[in-house]
Amino acid sequence: MLNVGKIEEGFVLDHIKAGQSLDIYHKLNLDKLDCTVAIIKNAKSNKMGKKDLLKVECDVEMLDLDVLGFIDHSITVNVIKGGEIIEKKSLKLPKQITNVIKCKNPRCITSIEQELPHIFVLTDEKSETYRCKYCEEKAVKRWDI
Amino acid sequence: MRHLMSPLDFSTGELDRLFDLANDIEKNMDKYAHVCDGKKLATCFYEPSTRTRLSFEAAMLNLGGNVLGFSEASSSSAAKGESVSDTIRVISCYADICAMRHPKEGAPMVAATHSLIPVINAGDGGHQHPTQTLTDLLTIRSLNGSLSDFTIGLCGDLKFGRTVHSLIRALLRYENIKFVFISPEELRIPDYIITELKEKNAEFEEVTKLEDVIGTLDILYMTRVQRERFFNEEDYIRLKDFYILNKAKLALAKETMMVLHPLPRVNEISVEVDNDKRAAYFKQAQYGVYVRMALIMTLLGLADGVLENNDR
Ligand SMILES: [Zn+2]
Repeated sequence: MLNVGKIEEGFVLDHIKAGQSLDIYHKLNLDKLDCTVAIIKNAKSNKMGKKDLLKVECDVEMLDLDVLGFIDHSITVNVIKGGEIIEKKSLKLPKQITNVIKCKNPRCITSIEQELPHIFVLTDEKSETYRCKYCEEKAVKRWDI
Repeated sequence: MRHLMSPLDFSTGELDRLFDLANDIEKNMDKYAHVCDGKKLATCFYEPSTRTRLSFEAAMLNLGGNVLGFSEASSSSAAKGESVSDTIRVISCYADICAMRHPKEGAPMVAATHSLIPVINAGDGGHQHPTQTLTDLLTIRSLNGSLSDFTIGLCGDLKFGRTVHSLIRALLRYENIKFVFISPEELRIPDYIITELKEKNAEFEEVTKLEDVIGTLDILYMTRVQRERFFNEEDYIRLKDFYILNKAKLALAKETMMVLHPLPRVNEISVEVDNDKRAAYFKQAQYGVYVRMALIMTLLGLADGVLENNDR
């Protein structure tokens, strides 16, 4: 596998579905952080055929696991400290997410009140359905802004 | 603190207690004439709905309380751009409970999130109108004796009718109810409701003519078929009579059937039906006041123990 160098402290997101790394990069607000980020696309994977990876050198507290769990809870999170993997975190579907996706219902109160946070609530775990807290519109595609 | 956003916010057990209270109110109005003395209901109506607003206001006045509020957005601070969350924080200082109507879906939920007083959703766009559903349930329970074991026909615009969708979902929590959907092809019940019916193993059928099924019904719930829902005028004229209840059609129905309608009606129930003993839609409007009285008492925490004292 392509080696982009070891990181001292940060995290490696592994088993990202091929093609989704850039989306996740934006969703985690990594574009706004002043730190080293490596985006690896289409790496070979025995399990997935092709996969993406993200390596981020930053304080491990910076990572919003809820957002990541919402986008794809099958991603593996490796926490790195002192150059070693110290923890593998598993992701869960968050009960609620705030300002990750926007409600697209033009009749929703959020369409006229811009200051309102866009909150989606997990209403059905089996089908991974999230609905707008206010108008109950279904979240259409999970990584759709 | 409890709010009412959707008819499903209350469990069936809680609904039973609410309806028991409403029935006691019906029988003993005098007993409840002062239970809300000194309390104020704010009716915050961002769009006009005179019938619903007056029903809430009558309910509070019957309980001895007072009412204040606005009846359209242009006469409120919303016209000056105030947010729903700011408005409800201010209203919380003026009143003890609030009924909110808003053209945007979810606005009452925004209010409930920031409110210091109970908020009742009095209709939010095409989303929910829970007190209408509670009214329908109370009417059926009171006149039919229970919320189980009957055949209900829902007739008219079943595609866009929020009232109908909400009632079906509420009835799906009860036992042995058969649904008969009577509508033109263009205004059929949406697929997601059909899916829910199948998931719950509810018995249902879809037909296009009221006459064909009216004899099998215990309850007939009529709704309006609006001209603008049709693609062309010919279809509307050809079809509209199938969905108008008149004396001739009513003659085919059971003697015990009840006819309900959320009102206002236009011409879908001809006035010649009004004096038939099966016409229950004005009675339904009266139950709308009783159920709102019971709801206001319940959300203000004034309902606890009321019925128990009765039995002593
Ligand atoms: Zn929404």
